[in-house]
Amino acid sequence: MTLASATKRAAKPRPPQKGRPVDHGAWFLVLPALIPILILSVGPLLYGIALAFTDSQSGRTEPTQWIGMLNFQDLVHDTLFWHSFRIGLLWAVGVTVPQFLLALGLALLLNQDLRLRWLARALAIIPWAMPEVVVGIMWRLVYNADAGILNETIRDLGLGQGRDWLSGLATALPAVIVVGVWAGMPQTTVALLAGLQNTPRELHEAAAMDGAGAWRRFRTVTWPALRPVALAITALNFIWNFNSFALVYVLTSGGPGGRTRLPMLFAYEEAFRYGQFGYAAAMGCVLVAVISVILAVFLVGRLKGGADA
Amino acid sequence: MKTGKGVRAGQYFALLAYLVFLAFPFLWLISTAFKPARELGSLHPTWIPKDPTLANFRQAFDEQPLLDAALNSLVAAVGAALIAVLIATPMAYIMARHRTRLAKAATGWVVVSQAFPFVLLIIPLFLVLKSLRLINSVPGLIMVYVVWALPFALWMLVGYVRAVPAELEEAAAVDGAGKARTLVSITAPLLAPGIVATALFAFISAWNEFFFALILLKTPEKQTLPVVLTHFLGAEGVADLGPLAAAAFLATLPSLVVFAIIQKRITGGMLAGAVKS
Repeated sequence: MTLASATKRAAKPRPPQKGRPVDHGAWFLVLPALIPILILSVGPLLYGIALAFTDSQSGRTEPTQWIGMLNFQDLVHDTLFWHSFRIGLLWAVGVTVPQFLLALGLALLLNQDLRLRWLARALAIIPWAMPEVVVGIMWRLVYNADAGILNETIRDLGLGQGRDWLSGLATALPAVIVVGVWAGMPQTTVALLAGLQNTPRELHEAAAMDGAGAWRRFRTVTWPALRPVALAITALNFIWNFNSFALVYVLTSGGPGGRTRLPMLFAYEEAFRYGQFGYAAAMGCVLVAVISVILAVFLVGRLKGGADA
Repeated sequence: MKTGKGVRAGQYFALLAYLVFLAFPFLWLISTAFKPARELGSLHPTWIPKDPTLANFRQAFDEQPLLDAALNSLVAAVGAALIAVLIATPMAYIMARHRTRLAKAATGWVVVSQAFPFVLLIIPLFLVLKSLRLINSVPGLIMVYVVWALPFALWMLVGYVRAVPAELEEAAAVDGAGKARTLVSITAPLLAPGIVATALFAFISAWNEFFFALILLKTPEKQTLPVVLTHFLGAEGVADLGPLAAAAFLATLPSLVVFAIIQKRITGGMLAGAVKS
């Protein structure tokens, strides 16, 4: 949801701010938000990390005990978890990359002086406004084996009988990935469009005068200006997609045979179906750690690449 | 810049392809919602229902407590949006105007809170709310939504505050207005549109939210719309498609309407943020 932080992180040069001293009135203004943040966000996060080192379970009468690294040791040997983790990575990459490419194409189009552009812009962000549950339901109707429009189109085109997309072992993951791409397109498009509108128009025109083709103009003028926004939104998309839950919960509940069981679904079941709070918290910690490392490598690599170019 | 005719045609074609891809699932949902059961059972579904009917809507209300759910959603979303904006606006003001360690820490929290998987947050929240007897209660859900909506609300509002020139406030101070007076009569009116947009965005986010609601609300009469919608799916994915589509369509309308109102402001606000920060 906080798409905007993409643009924030992207914009590096900060204007010099007036370093006015904070008076007591400032505390009065900050506290109403600070207290809930500490009690309902920072506190629980620390508590959650601590839970990973305990044997906390739901509905147990005995007191919870510290068990050190035991949860993590179990987790290392939990093949189901690592299977789910691999699916999570496949899903996150499989969604984030096409999402970026498709959104970039759409943003470039919407940045042109096309007729009906306003209509296209309005329609293009509809998926953003929809509840994820409704997106899931909608695509279940599309994928439905008998009454779905996808199979009907396939039959009309004489390409066979179609199939049960969401319950086929081979098709389930690609099918949910398409939905993931669809659902995240608007945010990505809007962020990239905002970035495009910040690229200097004069530079673009000058490059065109010098005879640079569309591709060269894109590479030498548009992309350098767009890069920070593109990096930020891609990183955010990756995190959001990896942490995604509702879409797949509605589409397949992780089935068939665990083929679409994303790590969040796995941890959710562990915590709220089997009541293993401590173990699920350990999973959460491992997920945060791995994602942080992947993102750090990605961002450092990209930023270095930028310095060389 | 002149664009060739062939290129233009290609662009329109590509744009059309995008619009088809983005719009067709929604059109199919609407089509399904108005189809009688007989048509839904046939093996050759059509885009336009042959016999459009409202029976699915009636049946949807019979099958699930949709009105209660809508009321719960409304209370949760309005409550969360109002409280979030009420407490975020003063903080955003400080974050935008003063460069202190606190403001930096708050910005850091806004970013970090995005990276944490919700499952790590919800387990301790569940335990805390349980000890406060706030599980299965809409007020408990509102508390969670407020904190969950804060990072984005703060980010948007910081952008809007920065767009109000500090010189205006200084001028008012020179004219002898006190700090409080300046905030109320100079800053607040200029911020109002941004505050409304932020509140509406928080409303949509809370109206659409599923994960926290699924875990925190246990009994059907307390549940919000997204959770109740999943009850239509039934076991093993056997679903009554017509009522399912009808209910899903109705549940989306409020978000779409609100989104249409603030659409320009969101893209505009983000642009402002990108330029200012």
